[in-house]
This record gives sequence, C-alpha cells and structure tokens, in this order.
Amino acid sequence: MTILRVNPIACDAHGLCAGLFPEWIALDEWGYPIIDGRPIPPELLDHARRAVAACPTLALLLEAKHPEGER
Amino acid sequence: MESTNALPRLLAGSQLGSPADLDRHLELHGSPAVPAQRAGREMIDIVARSGLKGRGGSGFPCAVKLGAVADAPRRRRRVVVANGVEGEPESRKDSTLLSCSPHLVLDGLAVAAACVGADEAIICVKGDDSEAVGAVRAAISERSALDAVQAELVEVPSSYLAGEETALVNFIDTGSVLPTFIPPRPHERGVGGRPTLVQNVETLAHLALIARRGAEWFRAVGSEEDPGSTLVTVAGAVGAPGVYEIPASMPLGALIDHAGGYSEAAQAVLLGGHEGTWWAAQEIAGLRLGHAAMLARGGNLGPGVIYVLARSDCPVAESAKIARYLADHSAGQCGPCTFGLPAIAGALEAIADGHCEPGTHRWAAHWSAQVSRRGACHHPDGAIRFVASALDVFADDITRHETGDACMATSSGVAAGAAAE
Repeated sequence: MTILRVNPIACDAHGLCAGLFPEWIALDEWGYPIIDGRPIPPELLDHARRAVAACPTLALLLEAKHPEGER
Repeated sequence: MESTNALPRLLAGSQLGSPADLDRHLELHGSPAVPAQRAGREMIDIVARSGLKGRGGSGFPCAVKLGAVADAPRRRRRVVVANGVEGEPESRKDSTLLSCSPHLVLDGLAVAAACVGADEAIICVKGDDSEAVGAVRAAISERSALDAVQAELVEVPSSYLAGEETALVNFIDTGSVLPTFIPPRPHERGVGGRPTLVQNVETLAHLALIARRGAEWFRAVGSEEDPGSTLVTVAGAVGAPGVYEIPASMPLGALIDHAGGYSEAAQAVLLGGHEGTWWAAQEIAGLRLGHAAMLARGGNLGPGVIYVLARSDCPVAESAKIARYLADHSAGQCGPCTFGLPAIAGALEAIADGHCEPGTHRWAAHWSAQVSRRGACHHPDGAIRFVASALDVFADDITRHETGDACMATSSGVAAGAAAE
C-alpha cells in the first residue's frame, strides 16, 4: 500500500500538487496541501507520481504505508 | 524503618536553593546500583515491570524507548540525552528537581547509558535557569570517579518548543532549536546521526531509584496503570502553588487540598499545561491524575501542570491569551501551524473582546480541524486540543460574549466574594 505524505517544513505552498492530483490533494486557505491519508488506488498512482515529481521543494513523498501505531 | 510508599522519593531531604551534593545524595539514596554492561537488557526488563512512563509529557513507556535504542545495530555508537528543558510556562518541576537532586538525574542518565550501551551522555538544561545550571555543573564535577560515561552539560535557550525531542537533538547538532521532520526519530538517527535516547530528567531520576530498589518498590505507590510517584506543578488560584511529589494516580481534588485548597472560588482547571484541556470546576471531584486515568477521560496529563482558574477571571480572555501564546511560539516552519494558529487565536480574541459576529467560534473550530496532524511536530495538535476544550467547557461564556451579553466574570455580584475590580 502506498500513501502520500508531505514534509510540512519543506512545503512552500506552491500548490502544483493539488492541480495535478486533485483527487487526493486539496489546498487550505493559505495554499498548503491537505492530503488524503488513505492508500492510493493503483489506477491513480501515476497521478500521484506526477504530483511528487512536480513539487519544486521536493516536499511531497510517496511512502509505503506503515502499520498503525508504530513509533 | 522506612516504609516503601513514603513520599517524597525524588525530592527526599531536598531543599530549594541548596542542591544535595554527592555525599548528601549518597546518604539519602545509597550507592547507585549502576548495572554492569551485561545487565543492560536485564535492567530494561526491570524498567518494563516497573511500568515507568515518560514524565516529559507524552507518558510513553520508558522501557520501550530504552529498548528501541538498545536494539540499534551493534556497530552504531549510542547517545543518551537528559531533557531538562521544560517549555511549559507554568511548569517548575524539572527545574526544581535539577536544583535539588542533580545527582539523582545524573545517576539515572548513567543507568540509561548502561542500558542502551551509550558512550556519550548529555544533560540539557535551560540556559537562563542559573540555579539548575549551577547545581548540575557542580554535580558533574563531583562525579568523575563515579560514571563510566562523563555527562556533558548543554545549556539550551528557553523556548516553548526547546524540549520537543527532535528540536533538542537539532540544537545539540546545529544550534537551532527547531523540530525536524520525522521519521527519522531520534532513536533511529539522533545526535550526530547516531541512535539517541532522549528522556525527561524526572523519568531518569525515577530510573535511578528503580535501579537501586526494583520494580516492586516503584509500584508500591500509585495505581496499576499509573504506578509510582510523579512531580506536578500546581499554579493559579490555590493557597500554596508550587511543585509537589504525589502518587501518580492521585485524585485531583486531593492534590488541590494538598496545595492549600482554593484561594478563591474556582471555575475551571487547566490540566496538562498550555496544550492540555480545561475541566469545569464541578468535574474536578471525579478526576484522577495519571496518564492512563486522564487518557480514559479524554484528557492528558502532559508534563503535570495543574492551573486553577478563579471564577473572577474571564475564561474566554484566558483561553485567548493561551491560544495567542501557542501561536506566537510556533516554530514557524510549517504553513498550517504558522497561519492556522494565529487565525484561531484571532477568533478567540475577537470573542473575548466582544467585537465579533455570533458564530465566530465556528471559525476557530474550522481552522482547528484544518491544521490537525499537519505539522512536523505535535505543537499544532496540542494547540487545537486546548482550543477544542475551551470551546466545549466555556461554550456558554462564548455565547454570552458573541451575543453581547455581559461577561459572567466581570459582571458584579456574580463571583460572590471575589469581585474582579
């Protein structure tokens, strides 16, 4: 299972990700992404990868999902 | 004969302003039973049986943290860090402990180092806390023959987030007191990129006594889920504010009696510090302190700060002030926190001033939901937990403010015997 995660320290609110993958990413009123934390269905993974690649600050990450509760 | 459940333990025989030197410390607590290298794992098992939980705020089991660092690949050198940088503005317990019993903390740091096999030990203290800095410095200089690993004192600039463990590790490495993105967590990659145990100074002091006296002794005080004693700071409208060592599961009402009772009529208690939760005065009788007990009630003990709000104070103004403090103490690294917290504080201030539309509190709730879990650290989550409890517990006061009715706190005659002006 793959999820999207944003490094909020690196994120500068360019907002390209939400334009490329609106199914999973919305923007708050200050332009920062609100990411849907659910696993991304395989048919949408290409969109997710494009959003990750487009981020100017490399803040958006595709990650293998860890079991709940892991520290 | 000394009873096993006699309190105080950590602050036994201590006097503010005169730290126990090594001789006095050994007289009070006996020789430190520093486990031999081979006993590291055995000691971690003892800590697990004691049920000791972190006293810095999270209440995370100490043995799990020790185990995570001990389990790092064998070839990697490990670091232990004593965190004495309490950021909560009202909290005095770590400062008091360091000023009174510095050797107990350093004993605990030595035990932790032996448990995880560390060859570097650092103790972090607030640089502006001259009493604690002096006590720790003097204690370290007395211990050169005692410790396998000499502790190094690091003075950290005071800030709300300085005690956050990734911020502390970042400061030790780079001089910048800012939280970092996780993972990696300090136990994976901490000081100098090495597996690092960061443990609150009070937790370490308990560890020192558990190493001497065992898990059963520790559990003789407190409850099954919240064993041991704990240090708390009581502030606000009580007769004798200050730091107390109490059974970890003490009922809140008993603690308030212990701290001199209410100094005037109380309307609410803030439990857990600025990122804690409000409880209305009528709920206090049913509340028990302790991480497990508080968690079961939907609250959190945090670093053990108990603040009593007098009925003559406006709870909305007080909540707005704390929300603004939290906004001002954002590290300013993550957008949702940098912009969201000031927006929330602004809404609460508008309500407190009475210059707002009815329903303004819904904006505070809306922005709270929006920033939830979107920071690199838990600062925004703590802030919105506090705000949610303010919106809940003071809902009637907020409605009165929003609709232009007089604030209960300042309208004369309401707070009998405790008029504001």
